[in-house]
Amino acid sequence: MKAYAQEAATGAADSAAQAADVAAEAVAAATGGAIDPTVFRLSIFVLAIFVGYYVVWSVTPALHTPLMSVTNAISSVIVVGALLATGVSFMEAEGAIWAKVFGFIALVLASVNIFGGFLVTQRMLAMYKKKK
Amino acid sequence: MTANLAAILYLVSGVLFILALRGLSHPETSRQGNYYGMIGMAIAVVTTLAAGVPDGLGWVLIVIGISIGGAIGAITARRIPMTAMPQLVAAFHSLVGLAAVFVAAGALYAPEAFGIGHPGHIHGASLIEMSIGVAVGALTFTGSVIAFAKLDGRMSGKPIMLPGRHILNLAIFILLIVLVVFFVQTESVIGQRSLFWAITIVALILGGLIIIPIGGADMPVVVSMLNSYSGWAAAGIGFTLGNTALIITGALVGSSGAILSYIMCKGMNRSFISVILGGFGGESAGPAGDLGDRTVKQGSAEDAAFIMKNAGKVVIVPGYGMAVAQAQHALREMADTLKEEGVEVKYAIHPVAGRMPGHMNVLLAEAQVPYEEVFELEDINSEFAQTDVAFVIGANDVTNPAARDDPSSPIYGMPILDVDKSKTVLFVKRSLGSGYAGIDNTLFYKDNNMMLFGDAKKMVEEIVKSL
Repeated sequence: MKAYAQEAATGAADSAAQAADVAAEAVAAATGGAIDPTVFRLSIFVLAIFVGYYVVWSVTPALHTPLMSVTNAISSVIVVGALLATGVSFMEAEGAIWAKVFGFIALVLASVNIFGGFLVTQRMLAMYKKKK
Repeated sequence: MTANLAAILYLVSGVLFILALRGLSHPETSRQGNYYGMIGMAIAVVTTLAAGVPDGLGWVLIVIGISIGGAIGAITARRIPMTAMPQLVAAFHSLVGLAAVFVAAGALYAPEAFGIGHPGHIHGASLIEMSIGVAVGALTFTGSVIAFAKLDGRMSGKPIMLPGRHILNLAIFILLIVLVVFFVQTESVIGQRSLFWAITIVALILGGLIIIPIGGADMPVVVSMLNSYSGWAAAGIGFTLGNTALIITGALVGSSGAILSYIMCKGMNRSFISVILGGFGGESAGPAGDLGDRTVKQGSAEDAAFIMKNAGKVVIVPGYGMAVAQAQHALREMADTLKEEGVEVKYAIHPVAGRMPGHMNVLLAEAQVPYEEVFELEDINSEFAQTDVAFVIGANDVTNPAARDDPSSPIYGMPILDVDKSKTVLFVKRSLGSGYAGIDNTLFYKDNNMMLFGDAKKMVEEIVKSL
């Protein structure tokens, strides 16, 4: 069962990579490179959903709680948006003051999650021991 | 730093996040996986700061913000008891949701910082992505806050049923869509900003309304579902920012939460729709029907110790009650003593044991039970027929033979651990009350079952003494 899942995961990753190459070439050829970046982002998004699907199925049920806490931590990569908003200069944007306020709040929230998420995951994973 | 280099670095951190999840396929590789995740996060943060260098005030705020947030997070992670993991995860989800709302707000007020246009002239696609991010984020926030309150016991686990709630929710959802359409179409800065906050408020209300009718027993599904939502919110923001790391992560987290919800639903034999519609599983659903004159065999700690000492193989079936009684350490001590007596000891875990996926495994790991001794339902169910003693502690519905044999039972079809097939079942329980689902457990009246009435921790400690 597990070996099968592993095989499926590797197979899916390979075919996803191939599909991405083919898609990228076809798109570039058909449009001469002029394509809305949103479409590229959408391709990445869709392929990442498939990668996520196979990777998560191969996670052992014993580690489902750490899986949730670590996904929590990584989804806080939303911090990049908070950093951009907080760091905006007054010359650059009229609404800079508000952006800084909102960015700062988001930054604090995301930081709680990043540190809390990774550290609590680490604490949990350290408990899983082999037989002595 | 050039935009291309930054984009490649974001891709690298996205790949590191995939590796972080990949590591969780085995406890041995999981610790390294977690480090990959941390490195990925560090790369994303440094890249952002190097690509769009903040102004002076920005630097100060960033240092202060990360210090405050980081300190709160680190202290919480260190202090939180493992029994409270479901609440903690729910609380973390709410933070991701709220952060998504504020990042979207920042993007709306200073779109120049994100390269998506100017106030009043933000690209149409960015507005759509932004509204998805903010709506899902706000929904995740209130939904998670309510899930947190229910899991933490600050709010009753009973479903709260508003009259006409399906119509109400549907109406609010349609209102949300209408607001998004107006938000995307309007050109006025003021109009856009007011519509943005209107979307936020409506989504906040909807998030609360969706979760309040869902009962305590279904919380594992809800926590998984909110995990998924927080991912989709992050992905929405990722599109706005055109950030690969965020898009990849959002997709990973979104599918991860969806898969966990599916696994939980399957573990309870419930459809996802029926969980979402809510109303199932209060604290207790009253006395369980007519008990008739069926007799229950009762035993003492000494009896239990005697039976187990003379057994060849004992399978322990822990449930949430074990966690509530904090009996896991005493339980491991009991297992150790039995092993010294030459008894083979294994643990069997039902997919929905505990309040979140995998919760019971963490609690056993905390009590230093080696993970090789802990088995999932499908890996151990066939072994019960060759088991001398099944020791059920704090679990109930997941052992109820009615789910397998009685088509009229409300839980019929739910996969159960076949403890009744073992020679003897020792069932630790406070009283003969029914479980979460409010259903009488027919196992109690079987000839091979012996009830050990009492607090789980005290009972196990007494057994250890008698061994």
